Amino acid sequence: MKERLVLIGNGMAGIRTLEELLRLEPDKYDITVFGAEPHPNYNRILLSPVLAGEKAFDEIVLNGRDWYREHGITLHTGAPVTRIDRVRRQVHAADGTEAPYDRLLIATGSDPFIIPVPGSDLEGVVGFRDIQDVETMLQAAARYRRAVVIGGGLLGLEAANGLIKQGMDVTVVHLLDTLMERQLDRPAAELLKGSLEQKGMKFRMQAQTEAILGQERVQGIRFADGSELETDLVVMAVGIRPSIGLAEQAGLYCERGIVVDDTMQTYDPRIYAVGECVQHRGQCYGLVAPLFEQAKVCANHLAELGYGRYQGSVTSTKLKVTGIDLFSAGDFLGGGDSEELLFQDPAGGVYKKLVLRDNRIQGAVLYGDTVDGAWYFQLMRSGTDISELRSSLLFGQHHLGDSGHGGQNQASAMSDDAQVCDCNGVCKGDIVAAITGKGLFTVDDVKAHTKAGASCGSCIGLVEQILESTLGSDYSAPETKPLCSCTDFTHDQVKATIRNEHLVTVRQVFDKMAWRTPDGCHVCRPAINYYLLAAWPEEAEDDPQSRFINERVHGNIQKDGTFSVIPRIWGGRTTPQELRAIADAAERFDVGEVHFTGGQRLNLLGVKKQDLPAIWSFLSEHGLVSGHAYGKALRTVKTCVGSEWCRFGTQDSTGLGIRLEELTWGSWMPHKFKMAVSGCPRNCAEATIKDFGVVCIDSGYELHIGGNGGVRVRATDVLCRVTSEEEVLEYAAAFTQLYREEARYLERTAPWLERVGLNFVRERLVDDEVGRKALYQRFLVSQQRSQQDPWKARAGGEQGYEFEPLKQIGA
Amino acid sequence: MSRSMNDDWMEVGKLAEIPPLGSRVVQIPDGEIALFRTSDDQVFALRNRCPHRQGPLADGMVHGHRVTCPLHNWILELESGEAVAPDVGCAPRYPVRLQGDVVYLSLRPATGCEEKSAA
Ligand code: SRM
Ligand SMILES: Cc1cc2nc3c(=O)[nH]c(=O)nc-3n(C[C@H](O)[C@H](O)[C@H](O)COP(=O)(O)OP(=O)(O)OC[C@H]3O[C@@H](n4cnc5c(N)ncnc54)[C@H](O)[C@@H]3O)c2cc1C
Ligand code: SF4
Ligand code: FES
Repeated sequence: MKERLVLIGNGMAGIRTLEELLRLEPDKYDITVFGAEPHPNYNRILLSPVLAGEKAFDEIVLNGRDWYREHGITLHTGAPVTRIDRVRRQVHAADGTEAPYDRLLIATGSDPFIIPVPGSDLEGVVGFRDIQDVETMLQAAARYRRAVVIGGGLLGLEAANGLIKQGMDVTVVHLLDTLMERQLDRPAAELLKGSLEQKGMKFRMQAQTEAILGQERVQGIRFADGSELETDLVVMAVGIRPSIGLAEQAGLYCERGIVVDDTMQTYDPRIYAVGECVQHRGQCYGLVAPLFEQAKVCANHLAELGYGRYQGSVTSTKLKVTGIDLFSAGDFLGGGDSEELLFQDPAGGVYKKLVLRDNRIQGAVLYGDTVDGAWYFQLMRSGTDISELRSSLLFGQHHLGDSGHGGQNQASAMSDDAQVCDCNGVCKGDIVAAITGKGLFTVDDVKAHTKAGASCGSCIGLVEQILESTLGSDYSAPETKPLCSCTDFTHDQVKATIRNEHLVTVRQVFDKMAWRTPDGCHVCRPAINYYLLAAWPEEAEDDPQSRFINERVHGNIQKDGTFSVIPRIWGGRTTPQELRAIADAAERFDVGEVHFTGGQRLNLLGVKKQDLPAIWSFLSEHGLVSGHAYGKALRTVKTCVGSEWCRFGTQDSTGLGIRLEELTWGSWMPHKFKMAVSGCPRNCAEATIKDFGVVCIDSGYELHIGGNGGVRVRATDVLCRVTSEEEVLEYAAAFTQLYREEARYLERTAPWLERVGLNFVRERLVDDEVGRKALYQRFLVSQQRSQQDPWKARAGGEQGYEFEPLKQIGA
Repeated sequence: MSRSMNDDWMEVGKLAEIPPLGSRVVQIPDGEIALFRTSDDQVFALRNRCPHRQGPLADGMVHGHRVTCPLHNWILELESGEAVAPDVGCAPRYPVRLQGDVVYLSLRPATGCEEKSAA
């Protein structure tokens, strides 16, 4: 027999949990849902547009009654649960229904707080919480003219705006002297008040309500200073209280909300709770994004997968009043040791404030121009070091320039036929249509359905913005993304587990971390294989089947299925013998084309797969080795001629480049890795756009890190200056090792450096000599196993099955 | 043993010659057939041309009963040759039979999938 799961509360958090659960384990439970409201689950967020007459109720239903039927869920609407019997494990509803449970989920949301003043029970006094409240307000608007909204917060202002749209004369009463004090600082609040006044909203600030006047129906309201105001409707929007009565009565431990742990369990392990009724690590939430995160974790445990943990959320706010753009997140007040970046244009109605601490965004308030809200929020949650962006940060992301800068321009300002994904030719309109038509919620969905962002990925930022502007506050970019759709774990969690649990095979990782798919996929397998090799270089065995074809057969696959062959040209210096060998190989194997690469070497293109071992054998006999042009590995070390020949050269850049390449070749990395050595600051070897660059100077060497060309050009940061070649080699190896240990798979040094900050690297490499030497040693240990020429091995027959047909049939 | 095999079946090799989660190619007069070995030791065969742009499926990555094409990451179902949604397309599938550790292949493609694009 199936286990029985009962859900109390047919609202947003509870039903989202069921949806997540059904995705994981569709058949595990017999599910029964009790809802106090007479409706199926609807989108509470959109009550404001319903009140404003911009949407009909039908349009905001999330799960119609047939959804419950399709999933075999028993639904009791208009049936509030009145008692939980934990001993018999049963719930009792007001209509007499009883339901036994094996597991219980409480998602009762919260109740509007009604100020306990005389008259608060009169007809015409309402909260703003459910569709019933909205109907009451709409009826009042049809018959009466004047309304008072108590509370100048988010909900109050949305209610007031809706009532104005319905033709009422509305006064907002607020206890403090600024609006939305929990989201806005004073200047932004003043701008907001001004715009709302222009829409016809009236305000009574610093006014304390003492009584509501009237016989049967409300007629007015009296303030503490004795003044009165006539009205026909009072909307109380002064706050919400987690709805915990039922849980308290059942003896579950509650404080402000029902107290749950990181697995969303209450003190009774059979009973879970999610949503606004919950208190987690001292926090209660009143926005959907955190509730959806809770739902995900809760479903994971109900499905008995047992690995998700909820660790709290950072939230941001927007006001849904048409024509008003407002964004707020984090600690927006600042003070103490924090700094502020400010932009004010009162005439243009724009105000922006960013609160920084240690060059990281702590909070933001934007008014009038909120296009960059998502970007700031992302920088804030990822804790990105913004010292590089400081001077242009307030002007927003599009200010950083166009080509390849992550592409996060003003998504909302784009026309429908503007191209978003240049690789796959996808326009904004296609994406919006897919989101609304197919009900997509995540970047991965959009990628799968439209191919936008599925190739080079530089437009992902734009796709996120389009998602956000299309879905409104329903969309929240995940803080840390799971490695792939086979798991909920992030890259960092997988890495940590490999190290802490001493895992050495891909299979062990799948088992330990309860992978959802039998063998992972093309995204997670290569990442895990790399993490294993990086963590346990002496024990982990490389798994060829977890490598992309290029790394499996040590050549670059071409569009026609042939391969390219690029031998290593150490430091870009070659000899007539090497050139002759390459020319002979090209002729002997009839290659399609010989091309000088951008990395100072020669590319033999169009080699047939079965010819690879033979061409490698030939090159190998002539002293040439694999150039790893196909690998997440050391690629080229570009050099200029340097002091040997050049009249400006300060050091032997070519010789140093060769030594660097000899030290680092063969090492597997999170992404490809390029170096260069320039003989003087004229920098002919372009060392300032390499992962590790050296610019020779009269007094020694300037070391550069974190640059690249490619999709998003980034110039390097200067790490430090040193005086000897030995130091350059030690720093290069230590930096490489730090990157190998810390970065996520497929994260190049440039984005990695931006994520962790230059200071992190300086502290580990420059300030900590012992640490640097230890990194250097670890690199050498790992190199002992990886510095073997894969071409030579395969020319000698290793993994021959890759290159030979199993059988040849017919002529 | 071979009595149970009809004339179509042809012995192409041993199971052990295909690495687990790997694949091998059988060359036929007008192209190639890719044999895939999954982690549960089943063998599947598809024409070695991705329905997208003719990528060599045998060079892809096998996971579950699926393979990811090496060129642009389409994912195909090994059991049917169909592309996993939202991509649409199909690679012709060939019947495979395992007897002990011997792999038999039928050169007559199973019906249900017409190869979309000609060479
Ligand atoms: C062969 C070469 C072009 C050439 O003929 O000059 C080349 C060819 C390819 N590059 Fe490149 N890149 C080549 C130098 C570069 C350079 C210039 C350089 O290294 O000085 C860059 C910009 C500098 C940089 O990387 O910082 C470059 C930036 C890229 C990028 C973008 C990387 C980025 O971080 O944004 C990719 C895409 C990727 O790696 O994901 C890429 C990917 C590719 C791939 C591997 C695409 C693929 O996955 O199939 C191309 C393979 C072609 C083939 O079949 O051989 N190639 N590629 C160059 C090989 C150099 C070598 O000797 O190894
Ligand atoms: C007007 C309005 C605008 C909002 N705008 C936004 C916004 O822009 N962005 C945002 O993120 N959030 C917004 N919110 C908040 C968001 O709607 C809530 O955070 C979310 O709905 C909470 O989900 P929940 O499941 O915890 O509670 P609810 O969705 O309230 O669901 C709880 C359900 O449980 C039922 N219930 C209670 N007790 C019982 C019982 N004993 N037996 C049976 N059923 C019971 C209730 O009737 C209710 O249907 C807004 C809320 C309102 C009211
Ligand atoms: S720029 Fe690089 S990836 Fe693009 S076509 Fe040229 S070689 Fe290929
Ligand atoms: S050819 Fe297979 S995905 Fe493009």
